[in-house]
Amino acid sequence: MGINIVFVGSRPSQKVNQLVISSIGDASFLNPILSQDSASSEINSFVFNGLIKYDRDLQGFVGVLAESWKVEKGSEPVITFYLRKGVLWHDGKEFTAEDVKFTYDKIMDEKTNTVRRSDYELVKTAEVLDPYTFRVTYKQPFSPGLATWGMGIIPKHLLEKEDINTTPFNRRPIGTGPFRFIEWVSDEKIVVEANPKYFEGRPNLDRIIYRIIPEPSLSEMELLTQGVDYYSVFPHQLRRMKEVPFLKMYSQPTLSYTYIGYNLKNPLFQDKRVRQALTYATNREEIVQYVLYGLGTVATGPFPNHLWYANPKVKPIPYDPQKARQLLAEAGWKDTNGDGILNKDGKPFLFRLITNSGNEIRKDVGVLVQRQLREVGIDVKFELYEWSVFLKNFINVKAFDACILGWGLSPDPDDYQIWHSSQIEKGFNFVSYKNPEADLLWEEGRREYDVEKRKQIYWRIHELMAEDQPYTFLYVPLGNSALQRKFYLMEKDQTGRESLRDIKMEKAGLEYDLTKWFVPKGILLEK
Amino acid sequence: MASFILRRLAQMFVTLVGISIISWVIITLAPGGPIGLTLDPKASPKVIEQMMKNYDLDKPIYQQYFLWLKKLFTGKLYSFKDGRPVMQKISERIWNTLLLNLVATLIIFSLAIPLGVFSAKRQYSFLDNLGTFGAYLGVSAPSFWLAYLLILGTVLLFGYPVLGMRSFVTEDFTTTEIVLDRIWHLMLPSIIMAIHGIASLSRYTRSSMLEVIRQDYIRTAKAKGVSEETVYYKHGLRNALLPTITIFGFMIPGLIGGSIIMETVFAWPGIGQLAYQAILARDYPVLMTLNTIAAVLTLVGNFIADILYGIADPRIRYE
Repeated sequence: MGINIVFVGSRPSQKVNQLVISSIGDASFLNPILSQDSASSEINSFVFNGLIKYDRDLQGFVGVLAESWKVEKGSEPVITFYLRKGVLWHDGKEFTAEDVKFTYDKIMDEKTNTVRRSDYELVKTAEVLDPYTFRVTYKQPFSPGLATWGMGIIPKHLLEKEDINTTPFNRRPIGTGPFRFIEWVSDEKIVVEANPKYFEGRPNLDRIIYRIIPEPSLSEMELLTQGVDYYSVFPHQLRRMKEVPFLKMYSQPTLSYTYIGYNLKNPLFQDKRVRQALTYATNREEIVQYVLYGLGTVATGPFPNHLWYANPKVKPIPYDPQKARQLLAEAGWKDTNGDGILNKDGKPFLFRLITNSGNEIRKDVGVLVQRQLREVGIDVKFELYEWSVFLKNFINVKAFDACILGWGLSPDPDDYQIWHSSQIEKGFNFVSYKNPEADLLWEEGRREYDVEKRKQIYWRIHELMAEDQPYTFLYVPLGNSALQRKFYLMEKDQTGRESLRDIKMEKAGLEYDLTKWFVPKGILLEK
Repeated sequence: MASFILRRLAQMFVTLVGISIISWVIITLAPGGPIGLTLDPKASPKVIEQMMKNYDLDKPIYQQYFLWLKKLFTGKLYSFKDGRPVMQKISERIWNTLLLNLVATLIIFSLAIPLGVFSAKRQYSFLDNLGTFGAYLGVSAPSFWLAYLLILGTVLLFGYPVLGMRSFVTEDFTTTEIVLDRIWHLMLPSIIMAIHGIASLSRYTRSSMLEVIRQDYIRTAKAKGVSEETVYYKHGLRNALLPTITIFGFMIPGLIGGSIIMETVFAWPGIGQLAYQAILARDYPVLMTLNTIAAVLTLVGNFIADILYGIADPRIRYE
């Protein structure tokens, strides 16, 4: 012990330009067509490239492996991608349109265990025109289709003869991305290194170490001892971390929201006024204040408030218990027997609210909502179930009254699978929401390519859903990250002069300019 | 003896098959499954169905059991979670868990037994009472709580990383420094894991020692004028340690089994963490294999304990 204390006192300082990221979970597949978890997706974004990617405002696209592309609209739209020439895989072989075709074919192969196949169900044909031209034809207009070509492309020459589900490639990937894979020690770390031949130029960071630390409070300890540079902090950690001088905190609304979903098959929730009343009676400001420590905004509908397709004219329903009581009375709910609980036709207003265990935030939300609804005379039984029990016995079979859940969304507004009435039977519309006008709009939205027109469509959907309240949309949480202050963005102009800028949060995330991150030497030596 | 061993081996085999069938049934009947655990609105029901088929999850339970056996013995058993061979996943972690548990066990035995003997020698003295108090504290304090306190304390005191098996910036470390770094990372978790063991084993040793030193042969030895050291450590301790053979038998599965809580708290990449993640992901192949390994080790541990009894205690005979 004695020797160790002397030793840790003389801790050496860092000399490599590296970034250490902390993650709660280990990755599963370092193969973009198989991965589903966030850890794998993050590493895959370092190692692989898609044909295109979202721009920094999450509205349009910029080319990555595709230099440009052309969309021909019509009843069977065609997208032609013109690929970048001279891009090399990390093993030195050149990337071509054959690799794109191979990636697509592997996704569509039924033997491949991937959920990504659903994204391409409307593709009619995918063809290689020449080594640098790739063409996709759709069965019908499908505007969200373009974004799916942001999928990471995998190398044909290495995977052609392999069983994609079990190949060792998934453990030591070869991509075209800015960083190349070095090593993966299970449940410990994944290391990637700058790709010197990256087509946009070598990244400034020498390497990225992805550390797996399953306990969030311990990641905080590591951040304080500078064993970790970058980490997504929980709301309760943010305030105390703000006071640490060498850390910089970033916040931004996430592409997700938390809601209370009402089972519309249950007669209790079939009256729109009842659902509106439930939202009026829910003090969402209080939830954001006390559960999220103020780090979130009240949701107004099915879209995160900060993106182009959210209708700025839809204002959140205010907390107004008086109005809630009035709406409930209009719907026939009154406290006739004086026990403090509303009743109608001799039955009390009572329902079970369920959520999954293990999520402290949802648990706190449930307890608050239970109390808030009791104030207007609604009796809520709040119950928690283990995640897979929760899905199998309640959500998938629609055997629930109301549930607290959240959606994580993609930047495209097409939430057809969640809201269209065709998705009640087997899809994700488990609350059984059905509104003929909204149905038509969801269909129209995915057929329309023009951003302005799509915006009008989704703005209208937003209005309709704010009126219908199939969910009580609770909040859009802020995503918060802590980064050591020593990191900057470094860019070189034509004369080779280096300039440093602060790292800025973009709508597309803090890591949008990751390849330019840099630790200036002077600061580096300070330890 | 030989026929006893053969009979026991046959019994163990039957028990093992029974255990594996029961755990298969329990695991597969537990709600939820490996597919569709994420509410991913982009995944269509058709694709989910196809994936169930690819994993043989559409077959009846008994068929799935035989498929698992077949894949286990042909080396074609792959994890649902990351498509890697199950045996490879287990073997890359087993040494980490073994190392941690061996060190913890070493600490337990080397501290608990002297402590127990000491307490027995001076029964009801101030130090014995202090030991009793400490033992109660050690048994009742939740180890994860102690772990958090210790981590917090060391981080605030030394400002040096404690989690995982090693530090991460080790480029300019010398070999000695790397070894010291590994020892430092091993120290905290093994101490925390040993606390409970020290507390209970020292009590165990104390009471069994107290029983032994009241025996006639100890009095005889003392009366003969044998030195105190020899009386306690040669004649006393040897007899007092017989019950620890049982504990040793129990410890064998524990050595490999790993501790879910400690490995999670200290980010130690071992078997315990693997099992926990497999449960959450309903990774049947990994879960079943780990269960079977645990069952085999428990059976082997009992078996070895039985044999050791025969060797250590001449009064025990096997028919």
